[in-house]
Amino acid sequence: MTASALTRLHAREMAAGLRGGRFTARELLDAHLELAHAQNRALHAWVFFDDERARAAADAADARLLAARREGTAALAALPPLLGIPVALKDLVVTRGRPSTAGSRILRGFVGPYDAHIAERVAAAGAVVPGKTNMDEFAMGSSTEHSAWGPTGNPWALDRVPGGSSGGSAAAVAAYHVPLSIGTDTGGSIRQPAALCGVVGLKPTYGRVSRYGIVAFASSLDQIGPFGRDVRDAAALLQAVAGRDERDSTSSPSPVPDYLASLPADDDAAAGYVRGLRLGLPREYFIAGMEPGVEARVREAAAVLAAAGAEIVDVSLPHTDYGLATYYIIAPAEASANLARYDGIRFGHSVRDGDVLGNYLATRGSGFGAEVKRRIMLGTYALSAGYYDAYYVKAQKVRTLIKGDFDAVWDSGVDAIVAPTSPTVAFGLGARLSDPVAMYLSDVFTVPVNVAGLPGLSVPCGLSDGLPVGLQLIGRPWDEERVLRIGRAYEAITADAGWRRMEPADLAALDDPAAPTPSDRLNAARSAA
Amino acid sequence: MPSLSRADVEHVAHLARLGLRDDELTELEGQLNHILDQYRVLAELDTEAIPPTAQTIELENILRDDVPGPCLTPAEALAGAPERSGDHFVVPVVVEGAD
Repeated sequence: MTASALTRLHAREMAAGLRGGRFTARELLDAHLELAHAQNRALHAWVFFDDERARAAADAADARLLAARREGTAALAALPPLLGIPVALKDLVVTRGRPSTAGSRILRGFVGPYDAHIAERVAAAGAVVPGKTNMDEFAMGSSTEHSAWGPTGNPWALDRVPGGSSGGSAAAVAAYHVPLSIGTDTGGSIRQPAALCGVVGLKPTYGRVSRYGIVAFASSLDQIGPFGRDVRDAAALLQAVAGRDERDSTSSPSPVPDYLASLPADDDAAAGYVRGLRLGLPREYFIAGMEPGVEARVREAAAVLAAAGAEIVDVSLPHTDYGLATYYIIAPAEASANLARYDGIRFGHSVRDGDVLGNYLATRGSGFGAEVKRRIMLGTYALSAGYYDAYYVKAQKVRTLIKGDFDAVWDSGVDAIVAPTSPTVAFGLGARLSDPVAMYLSDVFTVPVNVAGLPGLSVPCGLSDGLPVGLQLIGRPWDEERVLRIGRAYEAITADAGWRRMEPADLAALDDPAAPTPSDRLNAARSAA
Repeated sequence: MPSLSRADVEHVAHLARLGLRDDELTELEGQLNHILDQYRVLAELDTEAIPPTAQTIELENILRDDVPGPCLTPAEALAGAPERSGDHFVVPVVVEGAD
């Protein structure tokens, strides 16, 4: 099998090929590393490569595979599910002895003293980590342009953003640099880049995955989840990382189901799941300012699900219009507290300027980027004396109303909500950088799901103007299984659709060793504006 | 909800321990007021009788057993320190005359 063909496989096909001895984990890793290195100039999905450690892990996987093949079928079946599969980590996952910057200058040179829970779980599942992916600084952003290390491109159109904040993880999966990656989602940071890059991304229920060892942004909203090129692959990665961990007191003891057991390979069996399901289409999610092509694809997807036997019902989430304001008070408030730890004393960037106060001002003033400063300022203001009730407490009360909207829909017998993930397809590099409010609008359909703590899955549902559109499936708390089954059913129903055969349009351009970098493209867009 | 003056922006930056340049303060004054304008929609809602929600899952008082577990060694904890002295982080004198 050629290196290029290896990278096109789904993770489960890679797993089967490794077990069958058709290729080795080392060959699989090298194929991915070669592609990722060659294209990183033009795509900039990666901020850290860990070739040496990854090759050692791949060789160790090969030794286990060889031993198990000699022992027989039972030994092969007992191997961990992701053995030898490349999985990228977002650059805010702390790993022992390796850098994690969270896209920030203030963490330049920081080397992890321990492994995050998900890093342990990914390793225990046998996965091989080729490196870490680019992101908006401290996960604050919807375009990955707020990375201190420069932006990431979108493999579908290199002059456009991949979404954010987990843009590197989404772009790396879309460009076949890895079959699977890890992201985090505080207000849409997995689902929106998944939509804009044409891949699958899941934000699990708040508490489903332990956040121990993840650089914190907004602690009542942050959640970790998988990216993959289809629902079953994403579900396999969720399976590997979900569940209770004593080191994160918000991680839930509720049992983790066997997700893959309910996601059949057979398309007819998978499609049949939606027969008789009640799926809500929220009228507030089809708003002015939404691109007609996005609305058309989402309504077509709902029609396709209806034709397969689902009952599509009109539902209302009346406080949707208040979601952005609520989120953009709560998230910055929590961030301003979480980011107080970056003091230049214990680790990371440090600038000395006289006394302790001078050191704080100089370290933080030079270490944080513009968007992070904006959020810290907003959060500090919202929590400050005299404004705490007017902003922070008010937002927490509206949070109750937003959560109540979803509860009312579930109480009416609706099984899941079907909605757009993002109001637009991928926008141009630089297009929203000078207007924070325009950037925040990217998150209008994703933030209510975080505010309410629910699971949300984005699956590709076609193209608009040649760019991917994401269909968002929102479920009841802890009901990842159902949204995954609906997502799998939708894949099965649309298996023969022409757009499913389309590859990202700019993949070939990524191979040009002299291609402009995403930073070059961003600078060109800015000087043209 | 009032708007932020330049002095307010400087005060908040001080509370947040952010050393900002004049041009940053100027830009933030405009941007923060624009963002605060978007927050005004919340005032439309009567939330007098609505309890606040701080977190969404029904978990509370999760405590672990009070037994020592693995933790970082002093060398590991200090490995990233910009400046150290023995097993200590170095900071400037905080209390005058206490050296």
